[in-house]
Amino acid sequence: MDLLGYGAFFLTTALIFSLVTLGLNLQWGLTGLFNVGLAGFVAIGAYTSALLTTPDDAARLGGFGLPVLVGWLGAMVVGGIAAALTGMATLRLRSDYLAITTFGVAVVVQLVALNAQKLTGGPFGIGFIPRPFGSLAETPLLFNLSNLAVVSAVTLIAYLALEHLSRSPWGRVLKALREDERAAISLGKSARFYRVQAFAVGGAIMALAGALQAHFTGFIAPDNYLPILTFQVWVMLIVGGSGSNLGAVVGSILVWGIWAGSGTLTSVLFAPEQQARAASLQIVAIGVMLCVILLIRPNGLFGDRPRRQRPGKRTKPVAAKSSSGS
Amino acid sequence: MSLQFVVDGLLTGSMIGLGAIGVTLTYSILRFSNFAHGDFMAWGTYATLTVVSAIGAVFGKVAPIGPLSFGWPLLVALVTGMAFTALLALLLDKVLFSRLRSQGQAIIVVMASFGASMALRSLLEFTFTSRPTYFSRAIQIAMPVGFGIRITPDQIALLLLTAVLVLGVHLLMTRTQTGRSMQALSQNAALARIAGIDVASVIRVTWIIGGALACVAGVMIGILVQIRPFMGFDMLLPMFAAAILGGIGSIPGAVLGGLIIGLAEAGAVQLIGAEWRAAVSFIILMAVLFVRPMGLFGVRER
Repeated sequence: MDLLGYGAFFLTTALIFSLVTLGLNLQWGLTGLFNVGLAGFVAIGAYTSALLTTPDDAARLGGFGLPVLVGWLGAMVVGGIAAALTGMATLRLRSDYLAITTFGVAVVVQLVALNAQKLTGGPFGIGFIPRPFGSLAETPLLFNLSNLAVVSAVTLIAYLALEHLSRSPWGRVLKALREDERAAISLGKSARFYRVQAFAVGGAIMALAGALQAHFTGFIAPDNYLPILTFQVWVMLIVGGSGSNLGAVVGSILVWGIWAGSGTLTSVLFAPEQQARAASLQIVAIGVMLCVILLIRPNGLFGDRPRRQRPGKRTKPVAAKSSSGS
Repeated sequence: MSLQFVVDGLLTGSMIGLGAIGVTLTYSILRFSNFAHGDFMAWGTYATLTVVSAIGAVFGKVAPIGPLSFGWPLLVALVTGMAFTALLALLLDKVLFSRLRSQGQAIIVVMASFGASMALRSLLEFTFTSRPTYFSRAIQIAMPVGFGIRITPDQIALLLLTAVLVLGVHLLMTRTQTGRSMQALSQNAALARIAGIDVASVIRVTWIIGGALACVAGVMIGILVQIRPFMGFDMLLPMFAAAILGGIGSIPGAVLGGLIIGLAEAGAVQLIGAEWRAAVSFIILMAVLFVRPMGLFGVRER
């Protein structure tokens, strides 16, 4: 019974991760937009939903006590707007500028979460976030299973919607822009407009994932949204294969399994006072893993890029995508 | 408000500027933004610290030079640390960046640098733990120099060192064959190749300069603030903002950008409070991207 409960808990967390990864896959895998600040968008979603749904609190703004579903919608709207603004500022410039800006967004969101006590509760975070099945908390198994059901349903909806989107004309334009911007523009597609849309939708999905997580644990704090989160999700996408929604989900479950497993392993193998050091070694291992996968299997498990083969380079497994300027 | 923020700003600006030189060179010559650059800083600083402790263990306590807080061991260690950081940058390029570069996807290299940054930083945390350390715990008396400004001997020495290094790099870039090759490669890589420029050696020089200066910037932070595994990562956003503000590829631009951001941060600390300091670089970055994305001394993308 305990094992089943833990399994449900594990899968719930992994599926929330896979929701973030699906958002990133839309931005990076499908559209080629580089987001190294996704922890910031997840945090925006979590805090928005928490503010909207918690009971009134005199120490900070709001606590509006609205239904959980309103919180989730609000999270998606605010996350989408934040992503759209970021995109509008940088998408007319070189791709690296988007990377640097998203990195900055994450830093600023982290600062606001830590310092704007009136809004975010500061370093102590926000507690008492309503949990969808809080009344079942006495029977942990039932509670975990019902959470799993909700998160699975949301993830499935997001997955099917994204699969549909990527096959729709809209998704085909995004792929065309990723593969050959000039050709797509010459067919009359506004590159910037489509990219801002994709970036905004991706940001909204990430924010939704943040909101789900907040309501699942009932408590959020700035520490949940450090750069390590961004890093984990990137590894999940790269392992699963960027461009594939299935890869995003499978990669998330796989990498979260490795992460949680190695965490358990270090807690068994190392003395309590050495735990922090062992945890940093865990990050080293995952960082090296990311670099190795990029080097030897850039397509991950299910990746679909790069599809285009350059004439004369057919013997190489990885065809070079023409770099900017050539 | 007191004018003290000018000194604080110039010092922070020097650290940012020295780091930004490396960022701007990597960006203009290798064409990717290196997220591991901050961790070169931290690695250089810890390498310097290790050599200082090693010298201390062999020679015992060494008297500091004049009014400064450090003696010759730190200078020797700094040179060793610079060499070490340059080697680290070259090694990382050899095993990771150059292979990905040859596959031709620029943005993959950025992602790899992000992964390498995580790995490098966590390795430091593993080896030295995340507890802050210091080169010296001695407290220096700040001398008043008029206008309500106080400055310590260490700060004067480090400002002078920055000026010398920046001048040196500027002369290297404008007066030597190597520097001109670097400029040529950043302006038009294909043409530079045809003109017979040894691309591999230019790339090596780029990493050596970037790594060595990152180490100096890190040691400055170590002397004036403290040494932590995250010290370089926290400088990443200011460094990128400075490089973009100054104009990608421009050494004077990177330094000027660093000084502007340093002064703005110091001013903001006085006016608003220290906890919002990190937002300053982001605001400046956004302003530059909206108003003049090519930066102060940049050239339009072709």
